[in-house]
Amino acid sequence: MQLINALEVQRRIDQLKDQDIYLHLEMTTGAYASHNDSSKHPAATFISNASIQYSQGSISGVGPFRVGLKMERGWVYSEGLTHYEETEPERLIMAGHDSAGKLVVALQLSREPF
Amino acid sequence: MTAEKGESGMNKRILVVLPHPDDECFGLSGTLAKMIREGAEVTYACLTLGEMARTMGIPPFANRVTLPQVRKLELEASCRIIGIQDLRLLGFHDKTIEFEERELLDGSIGAILQELKPDIVFTFYPGYSVHPDHDATGAAVVRVIGGLPEKDRPVVYCMAFARDHQLAIGMPDTQFDVGDYLKQKIGSIQAHRSQFQVPGLDDKKPSREVRERFGTERFWTYRFE
Repeated sequence: MQLINALEVQRRIDQLKDQDIYLHLEMTTGAYASHNDSSKHPAATFISNASIQYSQGSISGVGPFRVGLKMERGWVYSEGLTHYEETEPERLIMAGHDSAGKLVVALQLSREPF
Repeated sequence: MTAEKGESGMNKRILVVLPHPDDECFGLSGTLAKMIREGAEVTYACLTLGEMARTMGIPPFANRVTLPQVRKLELEASCRIIGIQDLRLLGFHDKTIEFEERELLDGSIGAILQELKPDIVFTFYPGYSVHPDHDATGAAVVRVIGGLPEKDRPVVYCMAFARDHQLAIGMPDTQFDVGDYLKQKIGSIQAHRSQFQVPGLDDKKPSREVRERFGTERFWTYRFE
């Protein structure tokens, strides 16, 4: 994974719009958050291979970045994205890693299921 | 500590049922290496590939898409280092064990039990093992084994590490001195390099701190009521 290049990510978001795509969206504090520190509230959520279509999408901010995808009846929103996979031209793999390198948030789009 | 010494692995058939690659390394790898040296045959049924872990290497070298394959290779390396003869990947999805169809989950564990008829099963203590996948895996194992006639039940040794678990389940009743198998244990931990980087671990010459921290593995024998 590389640090996000917003122009390149925007180009890929545009390439995937107006078609049926698969979405993986995730956010997590880790399963051991409260075991390691009882003041922490453990939370995680993911949806994998949801079928969506968006008519407009953009990346915003100066890093960490936000992405919003406008669907016919709703939105996909993600904040805290720091990295993307440059070497995957067909798919858009993005994630937000914290200062320890651990994944906090992920947003992935693909024409094929993950 | 009043723990009895665990039984030896002499000619034993052992089944390990755990949900994630790396669940074996800190609490069990030394015991398995010791029992294998004593002649045991070990099958490790790993339910998932730990594909939802949030650690992607330290610093990250994997991503959400490549992580399952990375962790599969790490698990295979860990098994080779420990000496495990038979690794089964059951193909369930990380974080979903407690939500999985019970017939499918119990059926796949039951089929392996029926095939192998193990003397000893290692798993997590249901309810006292922190991660929901750990608890759900242990619960499935004791549910399936509890359904067998008493004479056909293997001994079930459980790992537990929830906060204050000893208030509920007491002290571990079985322990193994794995001081002679730290090379395998440290090798197993280091094999899972996407997940752990433990400072000061050296499999050539383990320090006294490492010997004290890793030299004994403790288990609770599950009591079927």
